[in-house]
Amino acid sequence: MKHLLSMADLDRAGIEELLDLADHFTEVLERDIPKVPALRGATVATLFFETSTRTRLSFEKAAKALSADVLNFNPSGSSLSKGESLKDTVLTVQAMGVDVMVVRHPAVGAPARVASWVNCPVINGGDGAHQHPTQALLDALTLRRRFGKLDGLRIAIVGDIRNSRVARSNIDGFTALGALVTLVAPPTLLPLEVNSYPVATSTDLDSILGEVDVLYLLRVQLERGSGPVLPSLPEYVARFGLDRRRFGLLDKDAVVMHPGPMNRGIEIGTDVADDPRALITEQVSNGVAARMAVMFRLLSGRGQP
Amino acid sequence: MTASETASVIAIHNARVLTPAGPLDTDLTLRDAKVHSLSAGKAETHLDAGGALVGPGFVDLHCHLREPGFEWKEDIRSGARAAAAGGYTAVVAMPNTSPAIDSGHLARFVADRGREVGLVEVAPAGAITMGRAGNALAHLDELFDVGVRLFTDDGDGVADAGLLRHAMEYLAERGGVIAQHAEDPGLARGGHMHEGRVSSRLGIRGLPSLAEEVMVARDLALVALTGVRYHVMHASAQGTVDLVANAKRSGLGVTAEVTPHHISFDHSRVESMEPDFKMYPPLRTEADRAALGRALHDGTIDAVATDHAPHAPYECEVPFEEAPRGVIGLETAAAAVNTALELTPMLLFERMSVAPALICGLSSQGRWVEEGSPANLVIFDPDTSWVPESFLSKSQNSPFRGTKLRGKVLMTILRGCLTYQASS
Repeated sequence: MKHLLSMADLDRAGIEELLDLADHFTEVLERDIPKVPALRGATVATLFFETSTRTRLSFEKAAKALSADVLNFNPSGSSLSKGESLKDTVLTVQAMGVDVMVVRHPAVGAPARVASWVNCPVINGGDGAHQHPTQALLDALTLRRRFGKLDGLRIAIVGDIRNSRVARSNIDGFTALGALVTLVAPPTLLPLEVNSYPVATSTDLDSILGEVDVLYLLRVQLERGSGPVLPSLPEYVARFGLDRRRFGLLDKDAVVMHPGPMNRGIEIGTDVADDPRALITEQVSNGVAARMAVMFRLLSGRGQP
Repeated sequence: MTASETASVIAIHNARVLTPAGPLDTDLTLRDAKVHSLSAGKAETHLDAGGALVGPGFVDLHCHLREPGFEWKEDIRSGARAAAAGGYTAVVAMPNTSPAIDSGHLARFVADRGREVGLVEVAPAGAITMGRAGNALAHLDELFDVGVRLFTDDGDGVADAGLLRHAMEYLAERGGVIAQHAEDPGLARGGHMHEGRVSSRLGIRGLPSLAEEVMVARDLALVALTGVRYHVMHASAQGTVDLVANAKRSGLGVTAEVTPHHISFDHSRVESMEPDFKMYPPLRTEADRAALGRALHDGTIDAVATDHAPHAPYECEVPFEEAPRGVIGLETAAAAVNTALELTPMLLFERMSVAPALICGLSSQGRWVEEGSPANLVIFDPDTSWVPESFLSKSQNSPFRGTKLRGKVLMTILRGCLTYQASS
């Protein structure tokens, strides 16, 4: 593994190797001193060309737990605002000496382009509506720790799937690990050519609630690049919001996930988000371990965990 | 410099000459910017075609020479050099320059620059609307009076059907051609590639075939109303081919062009996310690609046009979604068409030269070779393969870079003067 750009680049064995490593790092993170010297002397640069709080913080925490140094690139107030190209920017950062770059960018394929220009490993921290592979790894880790395995697990992904990099990476990751995925959304938010995906689809959330083990909710946005895709937010909430009534229709062992940031009262009911069966904070915790695994794997050879 | 002043008498030996009656193995002599005879006469310069085809120089209905306004991408000199290297003796320069070619003096500037450079006949196209903004008619009379025959807002379609109707009524009377970049702005909004399986998986917003088909269908109704001559630029979708075929059957004055890249590649190329595969209209499905090739073969599509769209290398060092639209094509067009399709020499030259010259009204271009025909010629070897690596164009954004192509331009002759000679 030279880079981590897309979940589609990983087969089942590759994903499981990372999850095993991440499992180990969850133990590290529970120690009194939650830190190992594995990447001492290495420098991780986070280049976030799109605003993010949790993902950048999670990568930073993961790097520090591996004893790496972290350089944060903040595009506002950078040379980008003075017109410097993406290529010149990343070559400048590389020239300072970094061992791995984490790139988030609003344009699809930006991390892959960066990977073609630099000579260090690149981790895709989210590119447009394309991929967010570390999110898919942390979600798979969360489910594997909860259910033991993903084989046969019935997972419904609900919301703006068409414009979601989280959904695209999770469809790849979940199905590679043997889960049965159903996409639930109004027609304007389902992916185009959806029958080319290895998934089932539904436009009726109520009809599938009793038949899933995992309800994975996505953040919904009213306005997208192509204009209004929904009649109104209240109409979306009425059909697709996970309120208390719908939560009650779920199987008693079923869980709820959300990649954050969540809109309470829209895709997820105000109180549902705090239910013990909502794994949202576990996802965040597991994100650190999953990202430690990716960085360690990309820089392996520098030492043992 | 004009070609006729410096032209010497040229004899071309061992040629397969494309005459009105078909290919003929013969020598020929050029004098006074004309084909003097189909035999080797006394000459100052002797060229050996080595058995290659000698036919009318290629005519490009659609290229972006970028001057005035975007000279860092291309200018008329560099574009003309690229055109000559591609075997072209005439090109139609698109009006989406800065300023846009919406007035007589601007069209004259482009034509004059072309004459000064002298490597290719540059015929400026005129904008349909002022500033290509789609709000008011451009100075259509002025443009027509300085020789403009092809009118287009290329880069954008004319979305306002009422305004387009007026342009059509006006140009039908004068004898101009409406050339439409058919792209419905609502359906195309935010799109960067063909809407389909590949765009869905990549998460890149798609631009559906319908964006083109809807506008062509609408336009054809207006053509029936106004009787204007109408030309579909860079047809990209099977549905467009069907619309054009139906319109031709019903007797409308409709023609169409296709680019070499649309008959060579499909949207799976975008999986690489290389900006060299980003163009509007986008590369579509394999079925579309095949249908376009068939349509070019059977004449539903009349002409090959390059849509040569140079962008500087640094402008392409960006992610796919941020990359500029369009790719270069002048230097690879004939070879790419010859590689993609099995065309007879006569059919290749019909689509690359004869038909486009008729569409844009260039009477000294696109003429089969015979005694007295204009000495605007290309010597093309259809059998030699080569791999394009770098280009005479200022820009290098070619989807054919590194692809083995069959067919090579050996020499290009404009008004009896050599404008390009391949290094051997």
